[in-house]
Amino acid sequence: MAYIPHTDEDVRSMLEAIGAPDIEALFDEIPAELLIESLKGVPPALSEMEVGRLMLDRADRDGRPLNFIGAGAYEHHIPAPVWAITTRGEIYSAYTPYQAEASQGTLQAIYEYQTMMASLTGMDASNASLYDGASALAEACLMAVRANRRSKSSRMLVPRSVNPTYRLCTEAIAGTQGITLQTVDYDPRTGCTLLDALRPYEGQDITAVVLQQPNFFGQLEDVDAIADWARAQGALLIGVVNPVSLALLRPPGEWGERGADIACGEGQPLGVPLSSGGPYFGFLTTRMEHIRQMPGRIVGRTLDLDGRSGFTLTLQAREQHIRRGKATSNICTNQGLLMTAATIYMTLLGPSGLERVAAACIARTAELVRALGGIPGVSEVFEGPRFHEAVIRLDRPVQPVLAALANRGIVGGYDLSRDFPELGDALLVCATETRTSEDIARYATTLAEALKRPAAA
Amino acid sequence: MSNVPGDLRYTRSHEWVRTLPDGSVEIGISDHAQAALGDLVFVEVPETGRQVATGDAFAVVESVKAASDVYSPLTGEVLAGNDALASQPELVNQDPYVQGWIARLKPASTAEVEALLDAAQYSEHLASEA
Repeated sequence: MAYIPHTDEDVRSMLEAIGAPDIEALFDEIPAELLIESLKGVPPALSEMEVGRLMLDRADRDGRPLNFIGAGAYEHHIPAPVWAITTRGEIYSAYTPYQAEASQGTLQAIYEYQTMMASLTGMDASNASLYDGASALAEACLMAVRANRRSKSSRMLVPRSVNPTYRLCTEAIAGTQGITLQTVDYDPRTGCTLLDALRPYEGQDITAVVLQQPNFFGQLEDVDAIADWARAQGALLIGVVNPVSLALLRPPGEWGERGADIACGEGQPLGVPLSSGGPYFGFLTTRMEHIRQMPGRIVGRTLDLDGRSGFTLTLQAREQHIRRGKATSNICTNQGLLMTAATIYMTLLGPSGLERVAAACIARTAELVRALGGIPGVSEVFEGPRFHEAVIRLDRPVQPVLAALANRGIVGGYDLSRDFPELGDALLVCATETRTSEDIARYATTLAEALKRPAAA
Repeated sequence: MSNVPGDLRYTRSHEWVRTLPDGSVEIGISDHAQAALGDLVFVEVPETGRQVATGDAFAVVESVKAASDVYSPLTGEVLAGNDALASQPELVNQDPYVQGWIARLKPASTAEVEALLDAAQYSEHLASEA
């Protein structure tokens, strides 16, 4: 695409053509009291050279540590072609374009992405992606309220084994729209949600049950039993899933007798680098019966006037540029660039490649837990099957140990003591396919050394 | 000129109301409304048993270009939604006053039905909007 800036002359002649004195006049319908004269706390503009220097300095601060932290964002190998293709000028865009149908290539990429995500999650339809996994859960809760018309309570059951950041984000977005999140505790033995913990809600008006698989602790929930329980209560089931795990685990569409109603989650593991926390992308898929309540953009395949196959935005009547305040969501965009990377990643790996990644993750994490579990002062917290994360307990506070590991170039895991104080000095660790046996041995040796010193009283 | 049957009652928001022999009412959107919306692709009908108040958005009609609310002309209880519209939304376009009905209601008061526009008043309203 050519980069053609507006010259002062261009701007002048455009203003003249529409009869406006200046650019400010185009915004004069905005009430004066809503205008901000200046942005406080925003530093003066930097030159490209200065920004480049600043960002390099910040990147240096991260260093290149050996990473054993997951907790919602995961380090995976990204084959070189993924970003070589994604950053080509023809497809290098963050959005669905405004004249969407003029960009058939972009629409085709989205259509392929939707097809892959629907297939991976076992659902009928996918949207074109959302901002991130946490806001995807918030959107799924809002969607459940629209889709479950028998329920009047706007009440969600959210187990504590769901990522606590997702809960916070969902509270922030959906909580202001009359939705209440009811906490359900986990079983201290397995770290999973038990039917017994749900039973007190039997017979009550529950709009939806949220279930994360694998859950925040990396443990595998009994998705079938909970899906069937939710269905018996007239509640919808929202599955929060890790897309890589779905290469091996049964997809939400096949949970229980009927399957989940909505699947959502974080798409970052599919070819998106960690990048100090973002940008990532969220995904959301559903069954055909709920498709009109699904937020975001959807691309469909159709025939043009000459009978040739083509792609088009579809079901737009639900969106905010048409339905204004009554739209299904105020999200009318998608994370086009990251979604494109994910599509290329999935295409390159294929189902068998993704399966091998998932299997390697399970094997590496098992190896990590064995190695760490053999260190005096370290114990595993939960029993039962898991995916690629595990909770370990130390014999002393976690933070100083993490600091000691960081000094040796190791990011040792996610400190659970703030969100889950009842677990004590607990650490969530993760090993994906990128961790070698040598990496794991190095972590174990370094941790053993750090724990050899007597714990401060 | 759109079709405005003389035996029905109407609202300014283009719904029609037919009183059935058992005192319940049938509700749909007028010929004018269906023509203005264009080809419908989806109709969301209200669920049976729902209590609605006058002016509540209780159904949605969706064309390829827009989704619009249908407002309840009356206060009452929903007796049935027209399930045929799930697979044939085009019935609203083809036959808005008979096969294209959207919901049946048990009205809380018959006086409210009487207070709606009659065909002549609705035709006048259409003329004033044109």
